[in-house]
Parts: sequence; structure tokens; C-alpha cells
Amino acid sequence: MIATESLSKRFPRVTALDRLSLDIGPGVTGLVGSNGAGKSTLIKILLGLSPATEGRAAVLGLDVATSGAAIRERVGYMPEHDCLPPDVSATEFVVHMARMSGLPPTAARERTADTLRHVGLYEERYRPIGGYSTGMKQRVKLAQALVHDPQLVLLDEPTNGLDPVGRDEMLGLIRRVHTDFGISVLVTSHLLGELERTCDHVVVIDGGTLLRSSSTSDFTQTTATLAVEVTDSDTHPDGTDALRQVLTRAGVTLIGHDGLDAQGLPGAGRILLVEAAGDETYDIVRDSVAGLGLGLVRMEQRRHHIAEVFRAEGAPASAVAAQSAPVTAGLRTEEGERS
Amino acid sequence: MSTETGTVAGSESSRIHNIGYRSYDGRRLGRGYARRSLYSQSLRGAFGLGRSAKSKVLPMLLFGVMCVIAAIIVAVSINVPSATKLLMDYTSFAIYLQAVIGLFLAAQAPQSVSRDLRFKSVPLYFSRPIERVDYVVAKLAAMASALFVLTGTPLVILYAGALLGKFDFADQTEGFVQGMISVALLSVLFSALGLVMAALTPRRGFGVAAVIAVLTITYGAVSTVQAIAWQTGSGGAIEWLGLFSPITLIDGVQTAFLGADSAFPGGEGPGAGAGVVYLIVVLALVAGSYAVLMRRYRRVGL
Repeated sequence: MIATESLSKRFPRVTALDRLSLDIGPGVTGLVGSNGAGKSTLIKILLGLSPATEGRAAVLGLDVATSGAAIRERVGYMPEHDCLPPDVSATEFVVHMARMSGLPPTAARERTADTLRHVGLYEERYRPIGGYSTGMKQRVKLAQALVHDPQLVLLDEPTNGLDPVGRDEMLGLIRRVHTDFGISVLVTSHLLGELERTCDHVVVIDGGTLLRSSSTSDFTQTTATLAVEVTDSDTHPDGTDALRQVLTRAGVTLIGHDGLDAQGLPGAGRILLVEAAGDETYDIVRDSVAGLGLGLVRMEQRRHHIAEVFRAEGAPASAVAAQSAPVTAGLRTEEGERS
Repeated sequence: MSTETGTVAGSESSRIHNIGYRSYDGRRLGRGYARRSLYSQSLRGAFGLGRSAKSKVLPMLLFGVMCVIAAIIVAVSINVPSATKLLMDYTSFAIYLQAVIGLFLAAQAPQSVSRDLRFKSVPLYFSRPIERVDYVVAKLAAMASALFVLTGTPLVILYAGALLGKFDFADQTEGFVQGMISVALLSVLFSALGLVMAALTPRRGFGVAAVIAVLTITYGAVSTVQAIAWQTGSGGAIEWLGLFSPITLIDGVQTAFLGADSAFPGGEGPGAGAGVVYLIVVLALVAGSYAVLMRRYRRVGL
């Protein structure tokens, strides 16, 4: 889908991309990097809108330097910022954008109706965009990127400004763009944790250089880690500690800093991370909790996170990685990420 | 496709709109078509077509005013028994009604370009097959065409009326053609200036004010200085002063080449020699405006 070869982009004072070589196949690919890592510059070059200082890039097998228009006909782009005029309806706007992509008038209208429905806009699509919520606007932005049935869409920070529920919906939608529509996706984000739920493949860039590129499953095999949280009771004022002692006696291996979640999040001290040797570990945990007379708040399998991989390697991605946090801390994490 | 697809797509809300995706295998008409679409959309938009009812009011009202005045001139001319020609020259019409034309431009130029800039829709265009030059040319052509419709239609009414009134055919046709050439030039010049002002002021209100300022303040200043020059007897300066405002530029060109009577004080319009300068300035302004627009859109690309 996308291939770059020692692609560089230098501005008078900044080097935005530094000999970046990528090979991105079909599927959903996440492009992660902190602000200013070169994500937007890369997208501009891929759309053939900005010449590279050196190196080559090809999108859908077409050279960006010579076939910009042909690429842009087959690629959709959803910008990060607001880009919708408030005084027209979503239908009118997307029809216009479809025609700008070269679709004949009738096809433009049909595709618009289809696409808006696919992204989840129904009756409201006839109302002026000015009255839409942020989530609805993001859907319109996605629709205009998909309306000409591209082979590849470039989504720049599609979850920006959305609340946690809106994010989940948008990520689900992005996943469907590939699985149901058969369109490959390149989605940028500065949030690693968000992309690992959506992407087949994750590319991390920092300071214009490639930090890492591998499939999400390489990053995050479902390993045998169990997160357990219990309540306190009168007999065991510190339920977590009591359970820890019981489990240690039962020969269950506790992971991490004394079995406690080392993320340093508020409330994280109440979560025990347990290595599950097999199904019997689940039984031991259940029986131990029941034996202590505690309430079991949660017991869940936890995947390794991409962030942990970087942390373990001590890679300079720590700035990026630090932004990711366990799914279990869902809402809290989202808030932390945005601040 | 190796990963499990059900993880995120499985929620109820996302399954509801899973009604099967149809891919598009039809024709893609490419850049030329996109440019034409942008042109027609902008041209229609200048008259409020395809937009809300509210945005139709002003352009249609101004268009109506232009046509009604032309019709009144025709009616009066025909009913004056001794008349052998229309009461107003074809070339004078736009000069007399410059305020209406200015209002139209001031209202519609920002609508045409400031919206895309202000709401940052421009990157959506440039991420599609069209290029910067297509966008600028389409917008310029659309605005010029809109102004040409606004200024040309009354002339057609005048001409039709003149023929109905059985005025001299050859005479009227010559005047009509000269008038049409003049308003065509006026449309191109005005729309180029108007779009530049609008593109440099993304806030719509400022855009309106800027366009009006460029048209009326320069005209006011030029005609005042011209009047002073006329009073003080330095008539030679008058023809050169006309270079400094859009409408007097058009006046000068049509006086020199299109047989118009100048509206300058004392009718001191430029002759053929000065007329060439006028024409050069008009063309330079249009070319300069085009260059400014191209520069402007290079900066807002993505």
C-alpha cells in the first residue's frame, strides 16, 4: 500500500523526516508519534502535495512525485482539524466532495447516502452541520474521506476531541472500514493504547525516524496475566494484602512489584497481577477469594501493551509509551491522555 | 485480516449500521471534471442557488434591481416619441450601477472563498485530484461569470428593448457588443480584486468591508481629486488619475477603445495612447490578483 525509501523532508530549520523507510501493507496500520514527530509531513508527502527533500515514496504502487493526482483519486484523507462549513447539510457537503473526487453527479449522490449511513448518520444528515456534535462532525469528516470508495484512507487523529464512548465508536468504525469495506487504513495518533485496539500493524516514528514497525500481535500477545481486584471486609481490612498472602501460599506466582500493579495509577495498588499457569489458577484465585470471604470486583485477562514493550527495551519512545495505560483503567486513562 | 474482527465491531451501535458495503466501480472523471464541478457549484452559489433560502435574497435582489432598471430605461426610451436611441448607453449602464455591482461582489466573493478558508475546508479540496491552480481558476472564473451574468443580462434587456423600439439596428448592435466587452472586462477585473480581498480576510464580515472599501474608497478618492483637478484647470491630470480605481479603469478603457462617453469630469477620458496604459494596468491587476491568490493557497494547502 505504502512504501517509502529513505524519505527525508527538511525545512530550513527543522528536519521533519529523516531517511524514513517504511513498507505498509493492506489492513489497518497505526502511525504513532508524539506531536511534531513528522506524521502530518508524511501524510502530505504521501498525498503528493509536498515534495520530499530526498528519497522516494510510493502509494498504491504509484510514485508520489509524479502521480500525485492519480493517488489522490484513489486515496481518502481525513484531516485532524475541523474542516466542515456549518451552513450546509452533511449530504450537500459530502456530495460536493464526492464530485471533487471525480464521481459523476448521480454516483456522487448515491455514494453519499450510502457512506453517511455507513458511518452512522441518518436523518440528521439533512440538517446544517453547524448543529452537529463533535462525534457527528467526525463522522462526516470520515464520510467525505470514504465517499469515493478509495483503496486507502489516511486518517489524521480521528479520535481527537471525542469522549471515551465516542472514541470507542470511532475506533470501531475505523476497524470496520477495513473489515467490512475492504479499504486499507493508515491512522495516526499520539496515543499508543488507542491504536493497539484497532490496528493490525503499528509504526512508531519519533523525530522523523522510524522507531519500530511490527504487527500488533507481535507487540501484544495475550499472555497469561490475570488482574484481580477484591473488596475489603471487616475480618480482612486490607483484602488485597490478605489475598496476596493466600495466593503466595498456594504457590501462585505474582508478577510485578510485589504483585501490585506498578503503573502508579491511583487505585492501582488494589489490583493484583497474577501469572496464570493454566485454568487451575483461575480456580485457585476464585476459591481463595471465596475462602477469605471477600468480594471479587474483577478478574480479567490482561494483554501486554505496546507501551510495555518499549518500556522494557528502554527505547527513546518513553515519551510516547508513557501515554499508554492499561485498558482496565479505561476512563481514568482517557482523561490522563488528554490532559 | 488476521486479527479477530469481532473485538470492536461487535457492539450493538456499530452493528446497526452494518448494512453491507457496496464498492464503487464506476467511472472517475478526474481533475477536469472536478474543476468544472467546482466552477458550476461556485457560480450557482454566487446567486444563492443550492444554498439556503436566506442566502438567495441578496444576490437575487441585486440581480432583480439591475434588470428592473434596464427594463425601466427601455420602457421610457420606447415611449418617448422622438427617441432614436436608448436613453442610456450600453457602456454607461455598469458605470451608473457600480454600487449595485460592488454590493454583489462584496457579498458573494467572501462567500465563495472565505468560507473554505475560515472553516479550513481547503485541505479537503487539495487532497483530491484538483490542484491549486484548478481551485483558483475555478473560483475566479465562477466569480467573473457571476458578475458577467449580473452586468450582461441588463444589457441584453436593453438591446432587446432597443430592437423592439425599432431603433437603428447597426447602431444598437455596435453599442451592445461594445457594452458586453466592457462588462466582461469589468467582471474579470472586479472578481479578481474581490477574491483577493476576500481570500486575504478569512473573516467574512471583514471580507465584505474590504471589498467595499477597495471599490468605493478608491472611486471616491479618484473622483474627488479629479473634480479638484477639473476645478483648478489642470485637466491633463484627470485622465491619469483614473488609473487608481477599478471602475475608472474600466471607464478609461471603454472610453479609449469602445466608443463610450467618459464619466470623468468634463468627459476628459483617455485617448488611445493613455488607453493602452489603462488596458495594461487592468491586465496587470488581474494577473497580479491571480498570483496573490496562488500564493495565498500555497500557504493553506494542508
